[in-house]
Amino acid sequence: MAPKKSQASSAAAPVVTTATTATTVPTVSGPGKKSSSSSLSSAATSSEAWSNVATNILKHYQKTTPQRTKLIDLFMAFLVVVGGLQFVYCVVAGNYPFNAFLSGFSATVGQFVLTASLRIQTTEANKADFPSVSPERAFADYVVGSLILHFFCVNFIN
Amino acid sequence: MAVATASDPSPMQVLADFGKSKSLRTLLRVLILCFIAGAAVSSRLFSVIRFESIIHEFDPWFNFRATKYLVANGFYDFWDWFDDRTWHPLGRVTGGTLYPGLMVTSGAIYHALRALTIPVDIRNICVLLAPAFSGLTAFAAYLLTNEMTTNTSAGLLAAAFMGITPGYISRSVAGSYDNEAIAIFLLVFTFYLWIKALKLGSVLWGALCALFYGYMVASWGGYAFITCLVPLHAFVLICMGRYSTRLYVSYTTWYALGTLASMQIPFVGFLPVRTSEHMPALGIFGFLQLVAFIYYIRSALSGAQFKAFLFVGLGAVFGLALLALVAMTSAGYIAPWSGRFYSLWDTGYAKIHIPIIASVSEHQPTAWPAFFFDLNMLIWLFPAGVYLCFQDLKDEHVFVVVYALFGSYFAGVMVRLMLTLTPIVCVAAAMASSQLLSTFLSVKSPKAKDPGQEDVADSSSKKTKQNAGSLRSASSPYVGVYSFLSKGLVSGIMTIYLLLFVLHCTWVTSNAYSSPSVVLASRMPDGSQHIIDDYREAYQWLRQNTKEDAKIMSWWDYGYQIGGMADRPTLVDNNTWNNTHIATVGKAMSSSEEVSYPIMRQHEVDYVLVVFGGLLGYSGDDINKFLWMVRIAEGIWPDEVSERKFFTPRGEYRVDGEATETMKNSLMYKMSYYNYHTLFPPGQAQDRVRGVRLPDTGPVLNTLDEAFTSENWIIRIYKVKDLDNVGRDHAAAASFERGHKKKKATKKRGPRALRVD
Repeated sequence: MAPKKSQASSAAAPVVTTATTATTVPTVSGPGKKSSSSSLSSAATSSEAWSNVATNILKHYQKTTPQRTKLIDLFMAFLVVVGGLQFVYCVVAGNYPFNAFLSGFSATVGQFVLTASLRIQTTEANKADFPSVSPERAFADYVVGSLILHFFCVNFIN
Repeated sequence: MAVATASDPSPMQVLADFGKSKSLRTLLRVLILCFIAGAAVSSRLFSVIRFESIIHEFDPWFNFRATKYLVANGFYDFWDWFDDRTWHPLGRVTGGTLYPGLMVTSGAIYHALRALTIPVDIRNICVLLAPAFSGLTAFAAYLLTNEMTTNTSAGLLAAAFMGITPGYISRSVAGSYDNEAIAIFLLVFTFYLWIKALKLGSVLWGALCALFYGYMVASWGGYAFITCLVPLHAFVLICMGRYSTRLYVSYTTWYALGTLASMQIPFVGFLPVRTSEHMPALGIFGFLQLVAFIYYIRSALSGAQFKAFLFVGLGAVFGLALLALVAMTSAGYIAPWSGRFYSLWDTGYAKIHIPIIASVSEHQPTAWPAFFFDLNMLIWLFPAGVYLCFQDLKDEHVFVVVYALFGSYFAGVMVRLMLTLTPIVCVAAAMASSQLLSTFLSVKSPKAKDPGQEDVADSSSKKTKQNAGSLRSASSPYVGVYSFLSKGLVSGIMTIYLLLFVLHCTWVTSNAYSSPSVVLASRMPDGSQHIIDDYREAYQWLRQNTKEDAKIMSWWDYGYQIGGMADRPTLVDNNTWNNTHIATVGKAMSSSEEVSYPIMRQHEVDYVLVVFGGLLGYSGDDINKFLWMVRIAEGIWPDEVSERKFFTPRGEYRVDGEATETMKNSLMYKMSYYNYHTLFPPGQAQDRVRGVRLPDTGPVLNTLDEAFTSENWIIRIYKVKDLDNVGRDHAAAASFERGHKKKKATKKRGPRALRVD
């Protein structure tokens, strides 16, 4: 993850972290927590501070993220949307072919996680954490992981 | 250990000269590992040598039968296998309710060997699978230990310990063809891959870990141990403030892939998203996403109170997730913990609520001598090893600590889970003993050589120096052992302990764990061995003298054996998936004939099989298990079966003349003691298991005919009589047969009376 610490934060940081944390929950975590945590966010938000820090984060993001990583982020955002759609469908229309729902949903979640791992491993600032993982190696691992993931998904989808 | 010494012929001087050469050390290590694997395999062959190549005990017979089916019919038929020869009349969807890993493994080995034109009988593969995998387990323990310490001798010691420790041998002797045979290898190897993935932060290792986790899920229900331990490790790391991107990468990869892999097994199916056992893993998965995100945010905005808020925010989310979990559990979306898991927290739970679980001997709490019996000296080296982990507490050491705590608790609760504790005990004990050896075998002090240096540690004694140094703070002066006496004394004592350990392991293996329990051994007065083969005699009789589809009713313990050896349909077997059906059999066994007969007719029972040890003094017989039948039946029909009625007013469980009427009238009692008194002179009839004298007049059976009794009376088989063809009830018909007319009792000797003996 983009780790440049130069960007100073606003005074309102604490308030905002909770808010951002809470809002992001649905995008990432499993279905169980979604509803409960997003309701938390709306309660805790103070709109002014929120927008302030949101812009801060956005600025920081724009500044420190290389173009390629942005592409990865776009893909991750896409996965979140797809996963969210599937989940909404499951809630609204029922989970009848549960196999299909599960494998579809876990395909997005798994792919998201793998992509996030790729992003983490290729980020320049995390080099120290991964002495043995070069970007090429990271990508190869990513491909292998995705292949396994999709093999299982296809096998499970019925 | 004994094996390790085998590699020692190369004298010390040579070693010292070539000590620096890396390739030689690798060669030595490989050799030692090979010898360890050899020792692991050969110490498991007692049963084959002493008896024969035979499948042991109960569950292995089912696995064996399933493997034969797999080999005969191919994978797809096996996957869709509906077995109508068990659980009559229900049948069992066997393909969907078993862990196929074991059968598929041996099936694959079978076909591979066939492809290499090595004609091997499938039975021999099944018998020898567990020893073969124990060699691999030793190797996996070596790898796992090497991740924990820089001292390579620790790994070799761990491999040796793992290879011969009775705690593991108990489930992996030749012929013990059970899921655990391969599962322990998979357990250790999965943990090794997990540590590796965590250390490197590599998706590849995480994916490998997930694959082996999937294999583990396919092999053994104990996979839940991994499912809980890995998240726990991750959670502890986060709580210690040791979150790292490596943790994120390895854990999320493992979880995402591993969960999908586990769902491929029909028996597991949706459980990973439906049951509470799997929820910690899911929760930590979500939690890690949060943590990762927060760390990212922190790099974007670093505030002063960030940390405080971090914990508050995380705590809140965690609590909410927990609440959601509880809510969903109570709303019924997620199944609560299954009974077996409850009994892990509350050891009394099963006894009260689920007698069927409590009745299994391996689900009993562990008696403390068992720890020493199964692990010997490892059990006191174990805490020392865990303590050493605290000395440089890296992520992987946290794993050892967590595993040690978790594993010890579970091993204390359930005998069978000793098996999951054993690997970590071996690892920790190896770390402790190698630390000890390398400290005291150090050649750091001017003393050039140490006569006690005949152990595995020799190959690494050179490494010792750096290691011992790194343990203390780097700058402080080296505090070594300079006196030759103390060196010699300590290493000598340690060597003696290690040798004693080998002796103990061999003794335990040969005496306690190598009995097939299908074939019994006893000693003749002159000391020669006498084989008691009643089980197979009886099953063979069934196979040859009954119809192909004759239904056999017996207590569930013998279901798999009847299916495997006699190839006859059974009512209940060791799968125990249907408590009611088992209770039905229990009721039939514990009720009087008038009640039992309709039950047996309804279930189309042709033969009833009981195990009776009274003549031989064989204590694992049905009369001793009888109370469990009563309890399980009582759980379903509290009005009709009552445990209290089987006890005398003074609360004793008796089978002699003082036995209660209910006991004497129960079908089990009658079948066990039917005609038994005729073996003895009048007044001398004795039950050698319970050590009591029996009444002179034996029980009378009206609805059953004795069909077969094995040589030592261990197995008795009764044929269920057909309905009387002139419409009398069985009691009347039998009394007529015995010559009692309705009105007057004549002295006429009935024709049946002659056939008694």
